[in-house]
Amino acid sequence: MSLSLDDVSRIARLARIEISPAETEQTRMQLNGILAFVEQLQAVNTEGIAPMAHAVDVVQRLRRDAVTEADRRDAFQAIAPEAEAGLYLVPKVIE
Amino acid sequence: MSQREAQWEVVIGLETHAQLQTKSKIFSGASIAFGAEPNRQACAVDIALPGVLPVLNRDTVVCAIKFGLAVGARIAERSIFARKNYFYPDLPKGYQISQFELPVVSGGGLAIHVGDQEKFVHLTRAHLEEDAGKSLHEDFHGKTGIDLNRAGTPLLEIVTEPDMRSSAEAVAYAKALHSLVTWIGICDGNMQEGSFRCDANVSVRRPGAPLGTRREIKNLNSFRFLQQAIDYEIQWQINEIEEGRAIHQATVLFDPDTGATRAMRSKEDAHDYRYFPDPDLLPLEIKPEWIAEVRAGLPELPQQMQARFEAEHRLSPYDAATLTAAPAIATFFEHSVALACAKNLATPKLIANWIAGRLTAKLNESGQDIASSPLTPEMLVGLIECVANGTISNKIAKEVFEVLWNGEGQDADAIIKARGLKQVSDALAIEPIIDAVLAANPKSVEEFRAGKDKAFNALVGQIMKATQGKANPQQVNDLLKKKLAG
Repeated sequence: MSLSLDDVSRIARLARIEISPAETEQTRMQLNGILAFVEQLQAVNTEGIAPMAHAVDVVQRLRRDAVTEADRRDAFQAIAPEAEAGLYLVPKVIE
Repeated sequence: MSQREAQWEVVIGLETHAQLQTKSKIFSGASIAFGAEPNRQACAVDIALPGVLPVLNRDTVVCAIKFGLAVGARIAERSIFARKNYFYPDLPKGYQISQFELPVVSGGGLAIHVGDQEKFVHLTRAHLEEDAGKSLHEDFHGKTGIDLNRAGTPLLEIVTEPDMRSSAEAVAYAKALHSLVTWIGICDGNMQEGSFRCDANVSVRRPGAPLGTRREIKNLNSFRFLQQAIDYEIQWQINEIEEGRAIHQATVLFDPDTGATRAMRSKEDAHDYRYFPDPDLLPLEIKPEWIAEVRAGLPELPQQMQARFEAEHRLSPYDAATLTAAPAIATFFEHSVALACAKNLATPKLIANWIAGRLTAKLNESGQDIASSPLTPEMLVGLIECVANGTISNKIAKEVFEVLWNGEGQDADAIIKARGLKQVSDALAIEPIIDAVLAANPKSVEEFRAGKDKAFNALVGQIMKATQGKANPQQVNDLLKKKLAG
């Protein structure tokens, strides 16, 4: 599998990363390099082996259902670019 | 159904978000209590400060297991959390933690009733995920305000197969599901507060044709809106196709003010979520012992209880379904039946009628829950006893019911005595009244003799009126017949 320039532009758009046309070609080559590694991995026969969802073969530890977090709004909003009436303000979003 | 609609088959699938009744969020220890000031319940994990890690709340998994058991589904021994990637300011991480390939619950289903028809709606899956925050678009000098209190609230998203064929079936399913999740105590079911909201996938096709293109109506938070939105959408799609236009897959919003659906403006890439397993969360393992433990703690389910009511008390499926709509209603009914049994009154059907009829109407009118009903099972059974032993007629019973409901008395018997409502079953007392009514209505008497049965009812009405409804109706009938014949 290899990516086209259009694929790269699309991925960049989805990730909200701005790349120039020159960078697009460079990124395409780098991404295709990574995909080539994956292709090598795919050569391994994995029949009958359950896919792993995580690199470490352990299971999730669970948390007891309890409220353990105090209200730290003032501290958090002190480092926010803009806040008003307890709300974080962001550039206007149009649905 | 109009003739035109009969030429089309409607296909509906529902996705429901049920907010889970826990104390804390799904991946953080912040509170999920409703109504807090903005961002007072949004901790470092919820606002996605760098370096924070999610830790799964055990009780959310218990809720999912309970649900899976209640709908006869498979519970995954191992399930995976995935990142659903999209950009929106009320989703500060840039992804929602959800489940994709291996959801915690798959399969199962719910029986629904529409009229006399029973139908089984199959579930595809149910998975755990976190809710997003809220965007407030108005009034911040051209900016959008973000409240992240809701971010990270635990949700169970319950997805059906496209099994429903009308808005009525969709509403019946949504109601059955609502009743089930509140019954097993995993969701408070509060639709105004958004604890239970539905997305409806709707398409139409010619009978037998392949599935049509669907449009998804988002965020329906009442059963009425669900019905209205689907009905509008069906008509809209049929019109489009009949006028030669193709349906394009889209996400639409329902506007309760206009009763119409409209497509959301969305970019072509909006649905490319690029799911992948969340490296911050390890696979969730649910051992059979855990499932067994949850199973042991499950209450009798509404459908089991319905079947028991039908068998034990000979109730109709409709009555049994009404009485098992919520645990508090079932408790009220069972408590009443037990009290009636203690008095040797074999009246489960009567009790069911009072609860499903008068009491439910009153509760709806006043917006009250049966648990806080001013009329108690003790009062209801006392009232039924007075009808059963002939002290009052059904008509007067309705009056006494009002008095009990309004809190103007605690005991039916005492109310009847105090207000002189006792039924008159004494022929010597009724006969003179009948004679007077007959004398005053010679025309009705003539008509009856001429073969008009209606005239008889008119006379009965006059007699009941003259006795303020207190005469025993059966006795009035018998005596009147005798007099008219004589």
